[in-house]
Amino acid sequence: MSNYRDIASQGLWKNNPGLVQLLGLCPLLAVTATIANALGLGVATLLVLVGSNILVSLVRDYVPKEIRIPVFVMIIAALVTCVQLLINAYAYNLYLSLGIFLPLIVTNCIIIGRAEAFASRNTLAHSAFDGFMMGLGFTAVLVVLGASRELLGQGTLFDGADLLLGEWASSLTIQVWQVDTPFLLAMLPPGAFIAMGLLIALKNVIDSKIKARQPKPESVAVTRARITKVS
Amino acid sequence: MAFKIASSPHVSTSLHTNTVMKRVALCLIPGLVVQSYYFGFGTLIQLLLAVSTAYLAEAAVMKLRNKNIKATLSDNSALVTAVLLAVAIPPLAPWWLIVIGTLFAIVIVKQLYGGLGNNVFNPAMAAYVLLLISFPVQMTSWIAPQTIALNHADILSSLFSIFEFRHSFLAEHFQLSIDGTTMATPLDTLKTDLSMGLTTTESMTKPIFSGMAAEGWFWVNMAYLIGGAIMLKLKVIRWHISIAILASLFVCASFGYLISPDTFVSPLMHLFSGGTMLAAFFIATDPVTAATSPRGRLIFGAMIGVLIYVIRTFGGYPDAVAFAVLLANMCAPFIDYYVRPRSYGHRTGN
Repeated sequence: MSNYRDIASQGLWKNNPGLVQLLGLCPLLAVTATIANALGLGVATLLVLVGSNILVSLVRDYVPKEIRIPVFVMIIAALVTCVQLLINAYAYNLYLSLGIFLPLIVTNCIIIGRAEAFASRNTLAHSAFDGFMMGLGFTAVLVVLGASRELLGQGTLFDGADLLLGEWASSLTIQVWQVDTPFLLAMLPPGAFIAMGLLIALKNVIDSKIKARQPKPESVAVTRARITKVS
Repeated sequence: MAFKIASSPHVSTSLHTNTVMKRVALCLIPGLVVQSYYFGFGTLIQLLLAVSTAYLAEAAVMKLRNKNIKATLSDNSALVTAVLLAVAIPPLAPWWLIVIGTLFAIVIVKQLYGGLGNNVFNPAMAAYVLLLISFPVQMTSWIAPQTIALNHADILSSLFSIFEFRHSFLAEHFQLSIDGTTMATPLDTLKTDLSMGLTTTESMTKPIFSGMAAEGWFWVNMAYLIGGAIMLKLKVIRWHISIAILASLFVCASFGYLISPDTFVSPLMHLFSGGTMLAAFFIATDPVTAATSPRGRLIFGAMIGVLIYVIRTFGGYPDAVAFAVLLANMCAPFIDYYVRPRSYGHRTGN
């Protein structure tokens, strides 16, 4: 895993934390009712992930193997507290709507997973890039899920974007169609489970399509000359 | 004289899946007739919508899966699912409700799990629960039984109501006459009244009840009971599940009623209102999602009966049939695992 292209494709597609590793399902299912919430949580996770990968990669040679997990968790917890305070200060409404899932980023398996599996074994630059790509992959899944649920549930896109980006963004809200009665299932966690399952199925379909399109390695036909004499 | 020579098993039966499913659908007819007598043409319109959606959805999925479309469609299982869902939802619910429900039942609950025989949950009931939690308002407004309603929902006004033609003078006229007739179901009324401090006897003096049971609902349930009896006679279903449901519901309800008749609903009311009979004979007996051995079926049925009582009495929703059936569906493999019939030659409990 030395080249950046490989790291990028692992994080964004092949080993996507949301779709393939199925990590961080709790926030994934709980806060993706709208794009704004999904994007908020995704960016917060991305920041923590990059920060933790950098720090873990820096200290990896000085931490005894036996106590590495507590040390990693402390690093992550400190970073999450920073991000939480920042969001509290600069996007208070988003802070309210994300609620408990913001501090819960500490327990998100993606972060400790990448710290343990990648950052504790690789150089600083690679680790930072890996954190960024994994975070981006996770955010992408969150946003797609949030978009589909928001569209199905209330027929809008970017509703409540002003929570995330400030007052001007309230004009971003797109009313795709008028819904008299919101489709509650799409906004409830069971709907998130079903949508997630369909999303994973879609990824598998695309993968198998790509695989089918690749030229098959030509089988080398072994032709053997008869050397024994037939009597 | 010609002898027919065949290898074992020497059992002649004509009960293929399509025959069984066809008989189930035919045995639903008495209930369907009585239900449309009491609740108007809405049910029949919903039925048409559900059946056509179910067949289209099934054909589309079969096409995607490269399977034989005709063979799957002719097993009639989609028909039964569609009919069960159509009689379970309010007769004048908007058209998209039944379409969403049927699509969910066929595509997600049945085909995504691998088609008939592989689904974990009863498709009709899973779709009912989906609709109930997604659209609670539309799903809980039943129309009043036609015998006590102020306005009759004739076929034209039912059509206008279901297809939501709102923007014309004519539609407004019909819409008004329909709106005057929607009301809560008897079980819902009882639940609300009990929470407001009325006793059951006081609540049951309302016009929606007649005597000891609910107006209209009693005969609808009776008709499903007759349909169920015919199915038992034709050996389409076995008795274990149905009897276990009715018996356990009766025992629970009698227990509550004997302790405090003012705050608990009578056993008769439990047995003959809502979807009790429909569930006991047509829904819970689905061979795919129920337990398989006789003893397992008794446990399965008893579990549904107790759950219906508990959810109806203490839960947030007025009727509980769908939730009870789904919860029991989840337990069916577990029940089957622990209630294995003894194989011949083996000791018990090995």
